[in-house]
Amino acid sequence: MAPALIGIGVFFLYPLLAAVYFSFTRFDLLTVPEWVGLRNYTYLFTQDSVAGKAALNTLWFVVILVPARMLAALLTSMLLVSLKRGGGFFRTIFYLPALAPPVAATIAFVFLFNPATGPVNEVLSWFGVDGPLWFDSPDWSKPSLVLLGTWAVGDLMVIFLAALLDVPKPLYEAASIDGANAWQRFVHITLPSLSPVLMFAAVTGVIQTLQYFTQAAVAASVASGTATTGGGISSTFGYPENSTLTYPLHLYVSGFRYYDMGYANALAVVLFLVAFAVTLVLLRRFRAFTGGAR
Amino acid sequence: MTVALPRRGTMVRERWLVVVARNSVAIAAAIIFIAPFLFVVLMSFMTSDQALTSNLWPTTWHPENFVDIFTKMPMFDYLVNTMTYALLATGFMLLSSIPAAFALAKLKWRGSTAVFIVIICMMMLPPQVVTVPLYLMWSNSGLTGTLWPLILPMLVGDAFSIFLLRQFLMTIPDTVLDAARIDGCSEWQVLLRVVVPMAKPGIAATAIFQFFYAWNDYYGPLLYTSEEQSNWTLSIALSQFKTLHHVEWNLVMAATLLVMAPVIIVFFFAQRAFVQGVTLTGVKG
Repeated sequence: MAPALIGIGVFFLYPLLAAVYFSFTRFDLLTVPEWVGLRNYTYLFTQDSVAGKAALNTLWFVVILVPARMLAALLTSMLLVSLKRGGGFFRTIFYLPALAPPVAATIAFVFLFNPATGPVNEVLSWFGVDGPLWFDSPDWSKPSLVLLGTWAVGDLMVIFLAALLDVPKPLYEAASIDGANAWQRFVHITLPSLSPVLMFAAVTGVIQTLQYFTQAAVAASVASGTATTGGGISSTFGYPENSTLTYPLHLYVSGFRYYDMGYANALAVVLFLVAFAVTLVLLRRFRAFTGGAR
Repeated sequence: MTVALPRRGTMVRERWLVVVARNSVAIAAAIIFIAPFLFVVLMSFMTSDQALTSNLWPTTWHPENFVDIFTKMPMFDYLVNTMTYALLATGFMLLSSIPAAFALAKLKWRGSTAVFIVIICMMMLPPQVVTVPLYLMWSNSGLTGTLWPLILPMLVGDAFSIFLLRQFLMTIPDTVLDAARIDGCSEWQVLLRVVVPMAKPGIAATAIFQFFYAWNDYYGPLLYTSEEQSNWTLSIALSQFKTLHHVEWNLVMAATLLVMAPVIIVFFFAQRAFVQGVTLTGVKG
């Protein structure tokens, strides 16, 4: 246990406190931190319009991506439960996309949704639909990322599936005898039985989305397609028109492209407070975590 | 008068149609889930010229694309870097996290609940929050530009792995451990001779998760190695491939497949342990 305690100290408590301290300073990697009081925070909340944009982008993902993934997980897991045969086969197929490494999956999607040559718009054109610009359009870039996240829903689906299989069968049989139709059985039996899992999925989904970084970064890099050798990898983040610049990406760019370390830490402290508030909701359900043997 | 019996072939075909109809929604969903993989495979065999058209099927097949990605780019070096990161991180994580999870799941000591809550908080903390202080720490020790800042912390444990291992160890009955203690085993012996052999599936699942995490990791390598191309991992290289080799979508797709393949192969060999692990990360009500 001792190493883990050291780990908590060195890699969690110290950096957390350091982040708070640095957030009141101004420095780059080469200079000594200079105390500036609340100036980073005033800048963040009153002047940095990009931070506002980034926070709204992240909020957009929390409001759209999390429910979209939960709905997809619910539908696919209920579909699997309803199958008489071949459940294992379909479960594997539905799960596969969740295994695809995020960078690889994102690149594949940018190619599939390429407006000019991608298969998606090609297939849409067979039906006379003029497909949008997807990852190249400020209006469609976020929905495209939601499609990617929903495709890779397998991890959540497996959790929902396990919970669905735990719902006692006699409950459904009794309800059917009492004349409940499929929708009533869903609302009055399935949903209440799943509520702890739905709650868990919502909270962890929000926490994961607060750190949403890789897919947005890679989609922007690959879709923009401009040579980034001059400005470094991060110079394309947010493409197109900052529509995919999530809050963590803005933090990264502030710290490691502009070397504004103090300001990046102010952004980090705000992110921490939001994430911590969400974690508290989860910890209030702490008893659910201690389960297992009991 | 005889009743016209349908011929055997027709019956088989009808029964097959019934099966398809009954599962039509599942089949449609399966096609949607699998289609992106198929398109990537098809594209990876095209010429770079054809990859720029909207054709879906390769007119000529070019398996040499998979050789080209190694010759046109130091793909092999990136593969070695990624393997080093993933294997060392997984090995170190097991050394440190199994004892910690054992202490949390099976030993009674003051503050164990508090430590467990802190570990859950660590697990939930967005990594970007502590990025700058950690980067400064590693920068002071001169290790930025390498993958060591991602590997060395595993020697003291990983929050998610400790959490997951603890969930597995909780399912081992205390009576088994007590029996070993009565036979004179020290706690370390209990851990090594009783707990580890019993928890093999759980340990395997946790190791696979850690390996995949490192294999897939983009944020960590970006943070520490983006300026040092010789230490790039596959995920960084892949994200830059299109930029460095503008129009060669076919090679990008071949490289994409190469990065996907090991994960999917491991999954098929360890499917049961893996799915069990995914399920345990969720909470059963």
